[in-house]
Amino acid sequence: MKIAQIKELLDAEIVCGEDMLEREVYSACGSDMMSDVLAYVKDQAVLLTGLVNTQVVRTAVMMDMVCIVFVRSKVPTEEMVELARESGLVLMKSRKRMYEACGKLYSHGLNENGNCYG
Amino acid sequence: MDEAVKFHFVVDGNDFTSAGQASVQIKKNLRQLGIAPEIIRKVSIAMYEGEINMVIHAGGGEADVLIYENRIEIILTDNGPGIANIDLAMQEGFSTAPDNIRSLGFGAGMGLPNMKRYTDAMQIDSTFGKGTRISMTVNL
Ligand SMILES: Nc1ncnc2c1ncn2[C@@H]1O[C@H](COP(=O)(O)OP(=O)(O)OP(=O)(O)O)[C@@H](O)[C@H]1O
Ligand SMILES: [Mg+2]
Repeated sequence: MKIAQIKELLDAEIVCGEDMLEREVYSACGSDMMSDVLAYVKDQAVLLTGLVNTQVVRTAVMMDMVCIVFVRSKVPTEEMVELARESGLVLMKSRKRMYEACGKLYSHGLNENGNCYG
Repeated sequence: MDEAVKFHFVVDGNDFTSAGQASVQIKKNLRQLGIAPEIIRKVSIAMYEGEINMVIHAGGGEADVLIYENRIEIILTDNGPGIANIDLAMQEGFSTAPDNIRSLGFGAGMGLPNMKRYTDAMQIDSTFGKGTRISMTVNL
């Protein structure tokens, strides 16, 4: 699934990384606990989270993730945006809640190797 | 002993926001050295978990990364409270983190098990009341 399609499905707004929307995402995980996220490495994954602090971005960087979706309209800080830009990560925010956001992506095929939990 | 490339970091224990900076840096360094991406990911996740632990549980510490021809070693040392029961601490889900840490996204009790999962060898030496030394090896 392309990042652009995730944006559509989640009716999301891009915070940074507008130029990377054509990149492919192969798996997703949704969680507010970073060590849970760190336990399951998948290639080119998207992280859905309701947590907003720098560690969310660092966690995604450590995992070589390509995109973070902040659910419930959470707004990342400037420091987070800067770190994301530096690392080539797409950040977006959606008004949807975690359950619905994961469900949307899952039902549209982001499920083969992905695990959507949390 | 073969000659190693060494990196040293001081991990500030007073600033949760900056925790993980050393791991971000080591990721860049390893990339510059041309290390394979899967190896870099393992090393940086393991170090990141250890770095966060030093900040959350031990008031900061130091991190050393040694790159040899056939392996990478990560050594984390702190003068924190130590780990009373290492076997218990290694269990998935065991955590002494307070609620305020949990609201920051940590305290699932997954960090030490993750460090073990992503490395080929891990040793914890801890003296209760004195500090902790964790060494991890990732084979190249
Ligand atoms: N450097 C350390 N100094 C003292 N105690 C530690 C240290 N590292 C870990 N511990 C102890 O071991 C427990 C388990 O650590 P672990 O990293 O697995 O989980 P956590 O840090 O509590 O949560 P998570 O890593 O999932 O965010 C901690 O809750 C803490 O009691
Ligand atoms: Mg931990």
